[in-house]
Parts: sequence; structure tokens; C-alpha cells
Amino acid sequence: MAAYKPVVVQACPKLGERITQDTLYWRGYKTPVQIKEFGAVNKIDFSPVPPYNYAVTASSRIHIYGRYSQEPIKTFSRFRDAAYCATYRDDGRLLVAGSEDGGIRLFDISGKAPLRQFEGHAKPVHVVGFLSDKYRVFSGGDDYSSNLWDIPSATEIISYSEHTDYVRCGCASKVNADVFITGSYDHTVKLFDARTKSSVMTIEHGHPVESVLLFPSGGLLVSAGGRYVKVWDVLKGGQLLVSLKNHHKTVTCLCLNSSGQRLLSGSLDRHVKIYSTTSYKVVHSFNYATSILSLALSPEDETIVVGMTNGVLNVKHRKPEEKNEKSQKKRQPAYRTYVKGRTYMPKQEDFCVSKPVKRVLRKYDKLLRSFQSSKALDAVLEPPIMLHTPEVTVAVMQELHRRGTLRSALAGRDEKQVNLLLTFVARRVIEPRFTPVLVTVADMITDIYQPVVGQSAIVDKQFLKLQEAIGKEIDYQEELLEVLGMMDTLFATFTKKRDTCLEENKSNGLTEIIETNRNY
Amino acid sequence: MVSPGALRVVRCGGSALRGARAVFSADCKYLLCASGDFVKVYSVSTEETLRLMGGHADLVTGIQLNPHNHMQLYSSSLDGTIKLWDFMDGIPIKTFTVGCELLALYTPAGAEDSVFVVIPKKGERDTFQLVSVKLTKGAGQDLEAKELSVVLDGVGASMKHIAFGREGAYVVSVKDVNLQVYFFKRKLLNRFSLSTVKTKGGDNHFSCVVCHPTEDCIATGHADGKIRLWRNFHHKKEYTYSTLHWHHDIVMDLAFSMEGTRLLSGGVESVLVQWHNESSCQKDFLPRLGSPIEYISMSSDGALCCTLHTDNRITIINSNLRFSRSIQGLIKSRDVKTGLVVDPRTKALVLNGEPGHLQFYSLQSDQQLFSLDIVQRQYIHQAGLQQSDLVKVAFSAQGTWLATVEESEEVTDPELQLKLWFYHEETQSFQLNTRINTPHDNHITDMCFRDMDELGGDSLILVTTGRDCVFKVWVMVEDTDPEAQQSVSWSCDFVGSYHNYQATNCCFSEDGSLLAVSFEETVTVWDSLTWDLKCTFCHPPGNIRNICFGRLTCSKYLIGATDYGFLCCWNLLTCALEWSAHLNVVVLQPDPLSEHIAAVSWLSKESSLFVFKPNEPRPIYIQRNLCKEKILLAAFIPRDQPEMISSEKYLWLRKSQLFFLTDTQELMTLSTKSLEERLTPSSKQLAVEESLPVTPFSVLLGKHRRQQAQEDIDLGKPVVRKKQEQASPAVRELLHTPAHVLPSASFLCTIFINSLLISKENKSAEEVADEVEMESEKAEDDSDEEDVTEMEQEDTSHMELLGETTCKLSKSQEKELRKIRKTDYSWISAF
Repeated sequence: MAAYKPVVVQACPKLGERITQDTLYWRGYKTPVQIKEFGAVNKIDFSPVPPYNYAVTASSRIHIYGRYSQEPIKTFSRFRDAAYCATYRDDGRLLVAGSEDGGIRLFDISGKAPLRQFEGHAKPVHVVGFLSDKYRVFSGGDDYSSNLWDIPSATEIISYSEHTDYVRCGCASKVNADVFITGSYDHTVKLFDARTKSSVMTIEHGHPVESVLLFPSGGLLVSAGGRYVKVWDVLKGGQLLVSLKNHHKTVTCLCLNSSGQRLLSGSLDRHVKIYSTTSYKVVHSFNYATSILSLALSPEDETIVVGMTNGVLNVKHRKPEEKNEKSQKKRQPAYRTYVKGRTYMPKQEDFCVSKPVKRVLRKYDKLLRSFQSSKALDAVLEPPIMLHTPEVTVAVMQELHRRGTLRSALAGRDEKQVNLLLTFVARRVIEPRFTPVLVTVADMITDIYQPVVGQSAIVDKQFLKLQEAIGKEIDYQEELLEVLGMMDTLFATFTKKRDTCLEENKSNGLTEIIETNRNY
Repeated sequence: MVSPGALRVVRCGGSALRGARAVFSADCKYLLCASGDFVKVYSVSTEETLRLMGGHADLVTGIQLNPHNHMQLYSSSLDGTIKLWDFMDGIPIKTFTVGCELLALYTPAGAEDSVFVVIPKKGERDTFQLVSVKLTKGAGQDLEAKELSVVLDGVGASMKHIAFGREGAYVVSVKDVNLQVYFFKRKLLNRFSLSTVKTKGGDNHFSCVVCHPTEDCIATGHADGKIRLWRNFHHKKEYTYSTLHWHHDIVMDLAFSMEGTRLLSGGVESVLVQWHNESSCQKDFLPRLGSPIEYISMSSDGALCCTLHTDNRITIINSNLRFSRSIQGLIKSRDVKTGLVVDPRTKALVLNGEPGHLQFYSLQSDQQLFSLDIVQRQYIHQAGLQQSDLVKVAFSAQGTWLATVEESEEVTDPELQLKLWFYHEETQSFQLNTRINTPHDNHITDMCFRDMDELGGDSLILVTTGRDCVFKVWVMVEDTDPEAQQSVSWSCDFVGSYHNYQATNCCFSEDGSLLAVSFEETVTVWDSLTWDLKCTFCHPPGNIRNICFGRLTCSKYLIGATDYGFLCCWNLLTCALEWSAHLNVVVLQPDPLSEHIAAVSWLSKESSLFVFKPNEPRPIYIQRNLCKEKILLAAFIPRDQPEMISSEKYLWLRKSQLFFLTDTQELMTLSTKSLEERLTPSSKQLAVEESLPVTPFSVLLGKHRRQQAQEDIDLGKPVVRKKQEQASPAVRELLHTPAHVLPSASFLCTIFINSLLISKENKSAEEVADEVEMESEKAEDDSDEEDVTEMEQEDTSHMELLGETTCKLSKSQEKELRKIRKTDYSWISAF
């Protein structure tokens, strides 16, 4: 004697991206807050100390924003021309910024006037930063030079003029207080040691370098330029580890997440891609409205701030972790109840009686088991099932059709139910996987309810909708056939075998159009 | 030992069990069934076929226990004989020749030395009468029984149409819409009839009748699914009936429980319905029994009930309407569309089973190994529904992959599914790997795997041919995504066609390099690496019906059979026709282990078998008139070990055995052995041992004995034991031989007594051992020292007994023994 077999619901393989841990993690941000700046945002930097304010450099101002504030809590506007690259010191108390006029200014974040000014660059300074000993500042300018400054005396320590084009990016090592790197439009990244007179290492990126980044360990270097993001092993003398080409426009900014496990890159193609730093595969990507110039991630990945070319600052905050308080409150049965009897080992002469496995059947299966066709159809026409799992509804309809009771199940329904049914059919009949079944259903409904057409405005409207949907689908299929014909001629000229074309036929909806045509 | 020239066609399974209601033996241990020309005895507890009682020359139509001796069984057959059997031993006791076809048999308790049979009325067609046959008490085996007296005229031919009332006081017969009751004592015949007008589409025709065992009540089943309970039928006018209605289609059979409180009914719905009280319509159901119920029978103590199904299955059901077990041989399906396929793993025959299932049938044990649910949908037993069923099956060479095709019966737009199953080693069953919806736009005509043992799994290719004029090649693709549930799946690799002809057959050559696909009249040969068309063969007129490649030394030949009765052999090297023969080949089956190919032809109502090698145009073996039925399918099953065949003529049967299935779904084979040799010793085994009841005492005793034996082994006692057991064969023989073949008791007495005597040395050994046992039993909770002394005692006794055979035990061994004894006693104390 066999048990009742539940209705088989045909599962369709889901197309599109697969849900991974990463997708879930990176999707956990609220809808973004947009803040309008005065010009293109060229740098965003988070303060390394709580409350993690961030400095946004745009046009001739530096705005400091609080974590959740939409208005700047502080502004530095003592620049005659554009300011560049406002960067925090490790203790979050000093801020340094370059400017269009070649001057570098150092601010105390509590004051307004600059503490120090470093004059020496002849051209705009696009990159400045603190070395990790906190007392020196490095800078790179459009005059091809990279300089090192002493903060207490506000004097230049050393100047390297090794680059042959604008120096537009740089980064200081966190491990060694003397080491910093700069990237330039001359396609190279150079590593400098303040103790030597010239650069220690030169890495050929191959494209104008827009952004460089050192891993916290100091061993790996990431450079972005052109459409490429390249990872280099510094300790092996600048060997290329991996070259990533996932953007289709220039990559402008790089950023690591707080754990160092993920690398983020922003590009002019309006995307932010997130890579795993172990496999260097893209694990997630964000889409933005306009080209991205700068990008920063707050400690603990609380906030993603993205600056665009049109001066819009896009701030995303992480959703608070959902806490299941209910399950916490529910008192769990004692551990004893679970373990009770589980550890007992049956002896040789014991007769084991296994507990019968309780089979759980869905409501429609229970009804189908007892041959209640109409009720089974009612059960799957309930909105939650009909909206979210239409394949269940269709599977039950198919099963009823197989049993020969579909017509009687569809018949004898009132206006509301017919309306519901027709809404479902009109909406889903064009889906290829449901078409064969739903065409039969639509046929039966029109047959059964033909005599009452015109008595209810709602039902009539649904019928018209159905007609419209099918009409559209037929037009669409005709167009497809035309394209197919064109492709066939093309294939015929290119290949000798016509067998490949046959496969094309199969993948397209040839069978469906035949069916829809037959119906109307 | 082998008599040449006597290749016999042997039936090996699948005969209809549907001749008559099954009968339980009086003690409910055995179930007796009419199966074709045989009567089968099944064990109720183990589901095994214990005995096959053959002797009738035609279909067995009725079996009934002898009401005066419950160890005997009457059986009637279409060959006009009634046989009396001792079914415990399978011995025919008497044969009564009646002389005309017997259609049903009844042995009511009340009738003295006569039985009732249904025979066709002389001179009239399709009219039957119930007659009582006086069974003469003559000596000798074969007796004439010509004393017939007609009881009722115009009865139905089926055994379900007649029933005898309580204590055989009256007999009821139904036919069409008429019910007649004949009272033996009063010699009174009452006729009742229902209206012939069909009301509400109902059909009043009677389908079966049973009588209440203790009351005057008749239950009848009707074609429209109603059950009527008739009472007061002693009166012609004042009779009453009440109606029970649940079945939606014909009631196939009814049965009253022994006390008459419950009524069981069954029909096409394959639901067993139990009606409790006739007045209130309280009923219980046992649904989904698998296939329509044909007969229901109750055991005499009412503890069990059994249903016979149309697909030859027997289901045994407990009295509380719980499914107990089922006895299933070769399940008869409506249509064997899959062909006969051999599972390479189990060597079982694989074919359609119950609807939507694939049955794995073991030829050795005549049992179904398991049934694989392919369609996985609830089967609705209702006429006129378009059910989907399994149509094609193919196994890969190692049996790791199974491909199945299922389609609905719709002609225009079949709902096709191709499923690929992977054999899972852990669960020891096939698991669904890939399901392909609509693999072809029209029916699939053939399917084959590329068989390559040596190249491993990655070369596995599946080819399907369809009526949509293409053949498709399916290959395994590995899923690169590590998070996917399965590592491989199947997808289409190549689609080939030839002039838009329907593809009908496909076949791979032995080495897998060539694929032959037949397109209507043409055979095309393709390279399996590049999928280029290599050459075509044609033998007009007529479509190709079957194709196959030669094997081993004949691998350069391609054999094809056409509709117009030609068998052609093409040479693949010269691309020319080697030879052709005019033969209407129905089945073409190559032997996987040799070059031989079997062809079964169908010519004017007889099937003939031709066995040939492709390189020789003359067949090796011809057997005309193989059987009367049309042979639909055949299969070579590899033997476990090559059989010794003396005659050169039958050398082709050495490595594998040929099985074939007729259109009546009987499985036949060719055997060189005579009937006696074929009977396995197991079937001859007597049932005495297992009929010993299992009482708590016997269980206890058994345990004690086992334990004793265990100790004996520990202590090196078996030498003594064996000697004692050798004396018993005389006793055993005495106990196991059926009583009626034994000589007189006085003659046996001396042998028996002698056998009981125990020779001197043995006796002493026994006594000592017993003493030790007794002591040890007592000493359960005694201290350790006692144990030690005991051990010593026992050891010394051994030394005495066995002397030179056992050497002295070392100290360490002694310790170990002591340990064993200790552990043993600790768990004996549970008693």
C-alpha cells in the first residue's frame, strides 16, 4: 500500500545572481541619503576615532559631517581655489588638505584657521597625507614632485622629482613610518623611503594611476588606473599578483572594508564593485546614479559614503541588526527533555519500535487526497500562494486537469472568485512555463462563463485584459519569429551545419506561439 | 544428463493469479492461489512461494479446502478434472475426471462427498449450469466422476456469481439482473429480478454475490458500485433489501467476516472498504492498494484477509484493516512499453510495473526486488483519464545511470519528460539527477546509452530519437558552482536529423565509436566524436523496425529488420549489403556476451526463434512454433557462471539465458534441463520446521541452547556434541516423513528406540556437562573463588574426556575463560 503522493511542483531554476552571504551582508543598508555639495567630491575621509565623523572635500570647501547628520557640523572654507584630499591624522585631531594653488594646509579640527601652511609646490597638490609617525606629511603635486614635510617646523624635509607626470594619488604605510607611495599619471607607482634620497621601488601599472592603497599589513599594494585594478606583492619586489578588469570605465577610487577581507572599487561607470581579497572575485556590486569619484567606508562598515562627479554625496547607513526578541522570551524546554532516552543503546534482545514519521501535507494536498477538487483549487487561489508561488497554483490546476475534474472545479464560482481567477490567468498566461496549463484553464473559463458575459463589469474587464495580454504576446512572438528568420539566414551563410540552428529553434518559444495561436 | 534435442520452453513467471479466490489454510500459515495451470502455496509470514503444485493441463479455475480434511485441497480446471491435493507436501492424492470444462468449484460444508461445479450447458453456448458432482470413494489415483446432478440452470460463468448460504442450506446465483436462491431442503427456487432500466446512469447488473455466514442474508455487488443486502428471501414477495453505496464503479468482490459483522468490498478504485453495521453506514477504508481489487478472501479465523489484484499482486491485510504484507511476483502492467531491460547491477529484469513505476524482478526468486517510482504522481484509478506512464528505460553499462522517459497518453500533444537517475551507493537506490521537460516535440521512439566500460563515466552519452524527426545527444556537464547541490547534470549536446524523416531506432556500436540511427527506411551511421554522418544504408521497401550492431568478432556488421519482412546484414567496412533473409522479425535481440543474435519471427499464428551469427548467413539454431502467443519482447540475461552444455547446438545458451515475454504477459525461457532438475532444493524443503510455533518457552529454550552452544565453543566441547547429534538422523527422518508414506509403527519402533539409546562414552560426557551446567546456573551470584574451582572442575572433566585431543590450558587462557564466564553470568541474571 502506497502513501499519498503529494502534487509535484515543478521548480524552475532561478536565473540571475545567486544569494550568498555577501549579498545578504551588502544588501543590509538602508536607502541612501543624498547630500548636495558645491562641486565634484574628490575625497571622503573618515575620522579614525569615534564618533567617526567624515571629511568631504568638494570644490573649495571641506565639510565635516557627523554620522547621521545631513548638515555639515563644521566647514573649512579658507581656500581661494579648489581644495583637495582632506585627510585625518591617526588620532583624528588634525586634518591636512592640498589645494589648487599649491599650498598645503593643516587644520586642527576644533579650530578654524590653519595651524600650518606648507608652501613649496608650484602646481596644484592633489594628494596629501600623514605618515604613521604623526609628525610628517607627504604630498604629491601636479609639478611631478612628491614632497615630505615636517609638521612642527612647517618645512620641507625632502622632495622627490621622479615622476614624469602629475602625481594624483598616494598612501602612507601603517607599518613603517618612513614609507609612503605615490601614483602618477606617468603610469607608475613609486615607493619612497624617507631615509633614502630616491624611490625604493617603481611599479609599472600600465595606465594613469588614479588611486593606490596599501593593505594594513603593508605587504600588498593595490593600484587603480584605467579600467584595471591591480594587486602587487610589495615584499616580492613589486610582483603582480592579480589584475582585475571588472569596470568598463576608469576606476577612480579604492577602499578596504574594516576587516580587510573585502576590497571596494568605485568607477566612472557608476558602479562600486566589492571583491573578496582571498579569491579576488566580485562578490557584490552597487549601482549609483552618476560617475563615482570618491568612496569611503566607515569603521565597522557602518556607513558607505560615495562622492559623485555632480557633487552629490551618497550616504548609506547600515540597518540595525534585527533581534529576535520573541524567540528569546519563549522558554525552551529543559535540556533533559531532548536527551531523554536518546543515549539509550538497544540491547541485543530488545525489539526496537521506531516512531512513525509524521508526514505533513499542504492544505491542497489534503483536499486532493480526498478528491475535493473545488476546495483544492480554492486553497491555491488564496492570495499568498497565488502571488508568491504561482507554480503551486499551476501545478494543482494541472493535477486537476489530469484527474479530469478541472472543469467542475472551475465552474460554479461567483463574481469575486472568477475575477480572482481571471486576474491570475491574464497575468501568468504569457509566462512560458505556465502557458500550456493556463491556456487550457483560460479556454475552460471562457467556455463555462460565456453565458454570463456582460452581467458583471469587473469580469468583463478581466476578460478584456486577458485578450489584450494574449494579443500582445502573439505580436511579440511574431516579431521574434521574424528575428529568428533573419538569424537563420545569417547562420546559414556562416555555418555548413544547419543543426545548430535547430537548437536555436528549441530555445526560443516556438511551441508557445503555436499554442497561443490555437487558443485564439 | 542433458538430453539433446529437448530444448524446452519453460514458463518462469507472470502467470495470472486470477483464476479463483485465494484460500487460506486452516491455520492461516499458508495461502493457496490458482496461478495459471498451477496451484501456488505461499507462506503468509515470509511471502515466499513454498510450493508449486502442477498437474492440471489447463487453467485452474477453482480451489477450495476439503471441508472434511483441512490439510487437503480440491482444485478444478478447464481440462475437466478435479484434483485433491495434500498441499502440505504438494502431493496429488486423487484425480476425478468430470469430462467437461469446469468453470468454478464450491465445496460447501453441508454436502457429503460431493462438490459443486459450474459447467457449460451441453448444446448451448454461453449458458452455464451449476451441478453437483458425486466424488466416488474408489481406490486408486485416477477416478471417474460422472454422477452429475444439475442444481441450477442459467448461472454466471464466474465463481463470484454463485454463493452458498450458511451451512450450505441454500445456494444463490446471480446473472445480469436476476437473483435466484435455491433451498436444498425445501427444494424451493426463488427468483428475484431488478429493473433493467438504468436509473441515473446506473447499471443494475449483478457483479458478485456472497452469503452471510450465520444469518440469512445475501450481499450482492452491482456494476454501478452499489451493494445490496437481501433479507427475507424465503418469501417470494416480502423480501427486502437495503443498499450501501460508496464505490463509483463496479464492485468487483465482496467478503463477509467470519462472524458476519463486517463486510468487505473492493473494486477498481483499489480501495478496500469495510462496512461495519448494515443499518448505519459506518465504514472504514484502506486506500491506495495499488491496483484494482479482483478477489477478496478471508481466513477461517478472521484474523487475516487477502485481496488479489488485477496486476497479479496479493495483499494480506490484518483484521483491523491494516496493510500487513504483499506477495508480488511479476507485476502485470497494462502494456509493457519499456521492453525487457536487464539491470547490470542486480541482473534483474526491469520493466513496467504498477502504473508509473519500474519493477525490478528477480528471475531467481520469482520476486519483485523493488519498485522504483518514476512518475511520482498519485495514480487515479478511473477509466478515461489520460495517465502518464513510463515508456522507455535505458541503463548505462555499469548500472550507475538510469534514463527513463514518461509520457501522457495524449496523442496530439504528449507531455514528455526525460529523467536521469543516478545510483546512490549509500541508499542503494536510484536518485533523480536531472529532469528534462519536453526533450522532444513528439513521442520518443528509442533511447540508448553509449556503453563503454573502460573509458569511465565522462564518456557517457545518451541518445534519444523522436518522432519529431531528430535525434538528440545528451551529455553530462559538470556544475562549476561549488554551492550547487549536485556536481553533474545532463544537457543537450547535439541535434541531428536526416531529410526530415522520423527517427525510429538508435544503437551504438560495441566500442562506442559509431552511432546508428534509423530514419524510417534508412539507416544512418554517425561518428560519435564529431557527429558527422558517415554513411547510410537502405533496403527498400519498408521502414526499419529494429537495428543492432554485431559484437566481438562480428562488430563490423550492422543488422536491421524491416517492416516488409526482411532481415539485412550490412558490412560496415565495405558499406555493402552482406546478406539478407526474408523473415518477418518482431524481436531482434543481440546477446551482450557473445556474437549471437536472436530473432523472433511471427508468422501465421506461431512464433519462431532463429539464432544466428552475423558473419554466417545460416542460422545456428531454429525453433519453429516456440509458443502460440505472439512474442513481444525478449532479453538475454547473463548467467552467473557459464552453464555446461554438451550439445553443440545449444552452445549459444552457455553464457546467457534467453527470456521472452508474450502478449499475455507470461515470461518464458528456454531450458535444456528437465523439469526435475530445475526445481530448486529450497522449493522441495518441507514446511515442518517453520510450522513449529514460536512460544515464549521455545524462545527461552532456544536462548538457553544458544548460550550453551556458545560456552561449548569456548570450552572446546563441540567434539563431544557433534558425536551425539550424529545419532539423530534416524529420528529426524522419522519425524519429517509424511505420515501416510511411513511403514507401520511396529516396524519403526525398534529403530526409533535404538536411535534414542546413547552409547556409553557419550552418555558420561552428557552427564558431566549437565552437572556443570546446573552448577553454573546456580552459581550466578556466587563468589569468584567458587567460579575458579568450578572452572578447574570442568577443566579436569575435559581432560578426562578428551584426553589427548585437548592440551592443557595455559594460565592466561584460564584467566580469559574466567572472564568470559563472568560476563556471561552477569547477563543471564536478567532472567
